[in-house]
Formats: sequence, structure tokens, C-alpha cells
Amino acid sequence: MTLKLPIYLDYSATTPVDERVAKKMCDCLTLAGNFGNAASRSHVFGWKAEEAVEDARDQVAALVGADPKEIVWTSGATESNNLAIKGAVQFYKKKGRHIVTISTEHKAVIDTCRSLEREGFEVTYLDPEPNGLVDVEKFAAALREDTILASVMFVNNEIGVIQDIAVLGAICREKGVIFHVDAAQATGKVAIDLENLPVDLMSFSAHKSYGPKGIGALYVRRKPRVRVEAQMHGGGHERGMRSGTLATHQIVGMGEAFRLAGLEMASENERIRGLRDRLWAGLCDMEEVYLNGDFEQRVPHNLNVSFNYVEGESLIMALKDIAVSSGSACTSASLEPSYVLRALGRNDELAHSSIRFSLGRYTTAEEIDYVIALVKRAVGKLRELSPLWEMYKDGIDLSSVQWAHH
Amino acid sequence: MAYTDKVIDHYENPRNVGSFDKEDPSVGTGMVGAPACGDVMRLQIKVNEAGVIEDAKFKTYGCGSAIASSSLVTEWVKGKTLDEVKQIKNKDIAEELELPPVKIHCSVLAEDAIAAAIADYQSKHSAA
Repeated sequence: MTLKLPIYLDYSATTPVDERVAKKMCDCLTLAGNFGNAASRSHVFGWKAEEAVEDARDQVAALVGADPKEIVWTSGATESNNLAIKGAVQFYKKKGRHIVTISTEHKAVIDTCRSLEREGFEVTYLDPEPNGLVDVEKFAAALREDTILASVMFVNNEIGVIQDIAVLGAICREKGVIFHVDAAQATGKVAIDLENLPVDLMSFSAHKSYGPKGIGALYVRRKPRVRVEAQMHGGGHERGMRSGTLATHQIVGMGEAFRLAGLEMASENERIRGLRDRLWAGLCDMEEVYLNGDFEQRVPHNLNVSFNYVEGESLIMALKDIAVSSGSACTSASLEPSYVLRALGRNDELAHSSIRFSLGRYTTAEEIDYVIALVKRAVGKLRELSPLWEMYKDGIDLSSVQWAHH
Repeated sequence: MAYTDKVIDHYENPRNVGSFDKEDPSVGTGMVGAPACGDVMRLQIKVNEAGVIEDAKFKTYGCGSAIASSSLVTEWVKGKTLDEVKQIKNKDIAEELELPPVKIHCSVLAEDAIAAAIADYQSKHSAA
């Protein structure tokens, strides 16, 4: 079998839609299909669309152990995060104006909190430990009398670490703080049982789990009831929490993707873990290679590695046959190294030298072997070019050098 | 992040990679940039008695444009006098490699590296 290039190893950015999902979606578009408006109550087109939407709601709820009535459709995890955080603090602001979150959250949470700061809310951005995990004691200590909401992501998008949501949630429950969890990177990778998890609000995305882009959901707990103020006003869809005509094909796609995730999660995780471990085994015998984030408390799909003394963007250029992302945001023209790696206390060289490999449903062992050989070659070549590597080899401590900052 | 063919050529086949002995009086070494900024360039020039650069070497930690800028500079400085080399400006490098605006700092760094290498060489000779 010949290898198809480039090799996709950026499943944490997005996943392709599963063929089985695409098939279901296509059935909800044309005149011959289920194209109706789920809000149309007066004819069979509307009833059929509503039925499909409610079936999908059941499927999403089933994957995460929720009641279907607790699932609100949104356009994706970014919107879910906005609705959860802004919606809850606006509803409960009379109780207090303090929010706690983690400095390694996704921008959809960080920037939402920043915008609330401009509205007079106070936010604590807690740094995780060097392994990427939140220290439970520090988290508990950050919650104050006037804290109304805490937001912690289930699985980190860059380093793949899994936070102890059950423990953090229990602390919030005890202190009467609303607990929001961004689970965009968790579905299909980590078992989620909201019946037993002390979580009030949870954000989901379809496209990280082989569903389509442009659709997500927010879980809003009913017992005890949690309220959010709508951010999108209109026809009062989704029990008034999120207006807008429901996109039947997107919703059906998310439902089917989550149904498949539930069916295949156990076997898929095992297979992907094998491939990820094979990749790490192939890379870790090189000199000055560092794994970012805890190895054990981590989804099997993610390997985030720093290749010391090699700059991330030039490495990506050498790895043009594989699609990966760099922790160094030089590629997005900001020249800043990853804020996530900086929050772990990684030094600048390591933060600038990181590559995120994220594996998925269609990754093969053959691809992994190709990637190992390619990465080794590229890192070797770039280190030959690197003055920092030469200095390291000469025994010079780089932190003792006076750099000419520009 | 579309690189021009010229950048890719220098990146894939960098010219004059390597090092000279820093202590050699005929060698000037310029190291600019910082790991914190994501690029460090080291340019070395070897100057003969007539004041002409007869050889140049570089090593660069940085993105493809930074590597290409320094590789290009080693080609340009060879055979030129120190005064002639001082005329090389970042604009010339950026134009030759067709660098996009976000990569202009790479060419600025390369110009700084030339100046630093010359300054190092001259400091060795004014002291003597």
C-alpha cells in the first residue's frame, strides 16, 4: 500500500466528517430529504425535522449521560462557552462578580472572561502545575465568597491533559459555585457521565469528533436547575436559551457522530493509544526531546513534543509532508510562543520548539513510522543549522548568555 | 504561510553553513536575536589583509525566512570590502527573498548580524 501524502496529524484542530455521518446529513437537505423547519408545527415537513432533531438530541445526551432536555444546540463550542459563561454570570451577578478559570483554557473561554472583566467582573486566571494539571488545593483556595462561576476545560487542546473534573466539580458544589466545563476535546476520548459528574454547564463541539463544523451543544443542568441568560435573541428556540432556526443536517450529523463515538470509543482509544505510544517511542530516544503535559493523565490522541534548539515554524516547514501544528504561534504572525506552554513554565526555547501531533480515526501505523523517520531527519538537519544546538554541544548554558533582544 | 521559491531554495539548500574559530583575528562574529523571540542568527566573516571578506559562515535558529535571510547574506558579503558590505540593507534582503510584511524582521536581523560581525572584527583590530 502506498502512503498518501500529506499525512493528517492535526485531529485536535478538526476531524474529517465520518462517511456514515455525511450520509445521514445528506438525507436532510434536498426536497426528497428531511429539509423542513423543526419549528413548523402545522405540517409533516416540520414534524419530521423535529423528530430528527430530537433523535439527535437523545444521541448527544446519551454519550454524556445527560437528559435530552438538558441539551441546547449552538453553533459550536465557542458559542457554547460564550453562552455558558456570559449567560450564567449575567443571571447570577447579584450573588457576586468573581470568576475563576485556568490560564491554559481555550481562547473562547479566556477572551470571554476578558470581555466580562471590561463589564466589571473580576477574573482569576489560575496557572496549572508544570504537568498541565490544576492543583486541587490551589483551585479551592481561589474560590471566594463572591465567586459565582468557575470554568475548567476537560481536555486541553494543545497538550491533551485531562483535568480531574469530578474533584474540581465537587469543590464548586460545596462552595455553591456554578461549574462550567469546556469538553470540546473530550467527547469520544474520555467517558463522560453527567448524571454523576458535579458539573452545571458543559460545552460540546461536533467537528472534533468526526461530525460537521458549525454545530455544537451546551449542557445546562436541570437538577439542581442552572439558569443562563440568552445571548442570541429571536424566536425563542431551545427553551429561550438560544434562538435561531435549527440546522437539521448539522444537528443530525452531530447526533450520529456522537452515537458512533459512544459505540467505538473503547476500541478506538486503545488503537490510537498504541499508535501514539509507537510515535513517542520513535521520538523519545533523540537528545533534548521533551514531552509537554502529563503522560498518564492525557488523552491517547495527543503528543505535544518540544525539540530543543529547533524553532517550531522551521520544523513545520521541514515537515511539509505531515499536517501538524506548532506551539509557536509565529505561523499566525504574532511571534509569541504558545501561552499554554508558557503557563506550564516551559522556557522560551522549549515553547518555541513544540509540535503538536494529534492522531485520530484514520491514522495508520505505516503513517506513524513515516512520521518518525521524517521528524528525525528534519530535527537533525535543523540542529546542524542551529547556533543554539552548537552552544549546547559546547557546554554553554544558554540562560547565562546576554541576548540582544530586538 | 506561503513561502516564495527563493526562501524555500535557501531553506532547503542553505549556503555556507558552519563556523570559524571565534578567536581567529581575521574572523568577525555577529550573533543577534534571542531565543525568546524565536530567532538567533550567527554570522561569521573572514577578512583578508586587503580588507575583503573572503569567506562567510552562518548558523540560524529561526523560521524559514530567518534561515534564508542569513544564508543569502553569506553569499552577498563574500568578495566585498567591509565598506561595501555596510551598504547591504534589510530592504535589499527582503526584496530579493520577497518576504511578506510579517517576516521583515528576519531581514532586519540579518542586517544587524552583518553590522555585529563587522563591529566584532574591527574591535579585534583597533585593540591590536
